[in-house]
Amino acid sequence: MSMTDRKIRVIIAKPGLDGHDRGAKVVARALRDAGMEVIYTGLRQTPEMITEAALQEDVDAIGLSILSGAHLIIVPRLMELLRNNGQEHIRVFVGGIIPDEDIPRLKEMGVVGVYGPGTLTDDIVNDIRRAVGSINPI
Amino acid sequence: MDIVQEALSGNRLALARLLTQIESDTNEGREALTTLFPHTGRAHLIGVTGAPGTGKSTLVNRLAHYYRHPPKDQSPKRVAIVAVDPSSPFSGGAVLGDRVRMRDLAGDSGVFIRSMASRGSLGGLAHATAGIVQAFDAVGYDVILIETVGAGQAEVDIARLAHTTLVVEAPGFGDDIQAIKAGILEIADILVINKADRPGVEITEKALRGMLYLHKPTASELHHHGGMNAMPANGMPDDEPVEGWQPVIQRTIATEGEGVSELVEHIAKHRTYLQESGVIKYKDRVRLKTDLDVLLREMLVARWRNDSNEQKYQQVLKRLVERKISPWLAAQELLSKGDEL
Ligand SMILES: Nc1nc2c(ncn2[C@@H]2O[C@H](COP(=O)(O)OP(=O)(O)O)[C@@H](O)[C@H]2O)c(=O)[nH]1
Ligand SMILES: [Mg+2]
Repeated sequence: MSMTDRKIRVIIAKPGLDGHDRGAKVVARALRDAGMEVIYTGLRQTPEMITEAALQEDVDAIGLSILSGAHLIIVPRLMELLRNNGQEHIRVFVGGIIPDEDIPRLKEMGVVGVYGPGTLTDDIVNDIRRAVGSINPI
Repeated sequence: MDIVQEALSGNRLALARLLTQIESDTNEGREALTTLFPHTGRAHLIGVTGAPGTGKSTLVNRLAHYYRHPPKDQSPKRVAIVAVDPSSPFSGGAVLGDRVRMRDLAGDSGVFIRSMASRGSLGGLAHATAGIVQAFDAVGYDVILIETVGAGQAEVDIARLAHTTLVVEAPGFGDDIQAIKAGILEIADILVINKADRPGVEITEKALRGMLYLHKPTASELHHHGGMNAMPANGMPDDEPVEGWQPVIQRTIATEGEGVSELVEHIAKHRTYLQESGVIKYKDRVRLKTDLDVLLREMLVARWRNDSNEQKYQQVLKRLVERKISPWLAAQELLSKGDEL
């Protein structure tokens, strides 16, 4: 029996009420093609649902796709839940439509990367690899 | 307290991390299973298999919800779900989307859903799934639902982990019955025709009835359900029970929850049958024996490769490829003692 190498596991979630998940699906496929295991949870996820799924699936990273403009409500709540549940090791990434002036605020909250429309999926892949590799070696 | 004890005392974070160790087959995972194993054997394992898109995840969601919210005279059961999807053969990655259909279960601490990618290797997947299921069983989940895509031997092997196997069909997949093509009909204890709201449900049911009638398994065939692989000739335990179970057909509309309480009833009846006939002990024994044999084989090969001379191996392989010796003779030569080094 070979020692299987630890796969990077990522949840891609779509919080908020907007109904577009095309971008989220593109990212999910790109991460799969980079050899990661992506747990796709679908639309209209609350921060509670996302952190619970992240716990059960023991993921290394959470990718949020937010187009609704609610990022300054959703992200702080999610980070708080992660802290309270002992899930600080999980790295958080945000994609979608985020005004430039909000990016520093999200990073202050602990978000590792923020990606607007037109981001190369390769960049996301590399960022996740770097962030996860540095915290979770098995 | 170590992670195994924490998982046993109900810490979900500890359990989740343990599942990762078990799935990755690390030393920590193996040691955990050693501690957990004596606590296993209580849960009812239900396999749910069938072609992609037949509604397995939607049905698993309904079944889990039913077990969590049963009629007043029954107590709720703790439910674990293992949802297996294929890995990409190209990248080794996967998109695991079964949770999309299981939103209703969010926020319920009596439910634990774990998605798994098949990660390529045949025996490895069945082994990893068995380990995950043992962990759920040990920490006290009463019902464990195992969803797999019924597409090949690997999935059939996992389905055989289960005490009760549901094979899910749906009308409108062309004239062929998917399960027959994939050869998974013979592992069905219960055949579910989901999407019964769709046209063609009568045709599907008639075709399945015909297949079941033609098949009419003998008692010994029925008991083959227990093995993870085709049973070796010497693998028949002597206390094989004789009674049989005739597979039943149940229509459901998973999106509406229709037919789900009837389905739960069939599952309960099957469990009673397994216990009263003694088949459950038989299945358990066959499963553990198969698992043991697989492990033995792998460990023996690993040990032999470790001790043996790689150069000699390559030489024998070369002569084999050149057709100078047969595979049988090659193995004989490699295993023969005396001329090592
Ligand atoms: N009409 C109808 N659609 C259903 C039923 N059950 C599931 N579906 C739909 O079939 C699709 C696939 O369902 P899913 O549970 O993901 O199938 P799986 O791939 O077998 O797990 C989804 O769009 C479901 O909403 C049903 O009973 N009737
Ligand atoms: Mg599914």
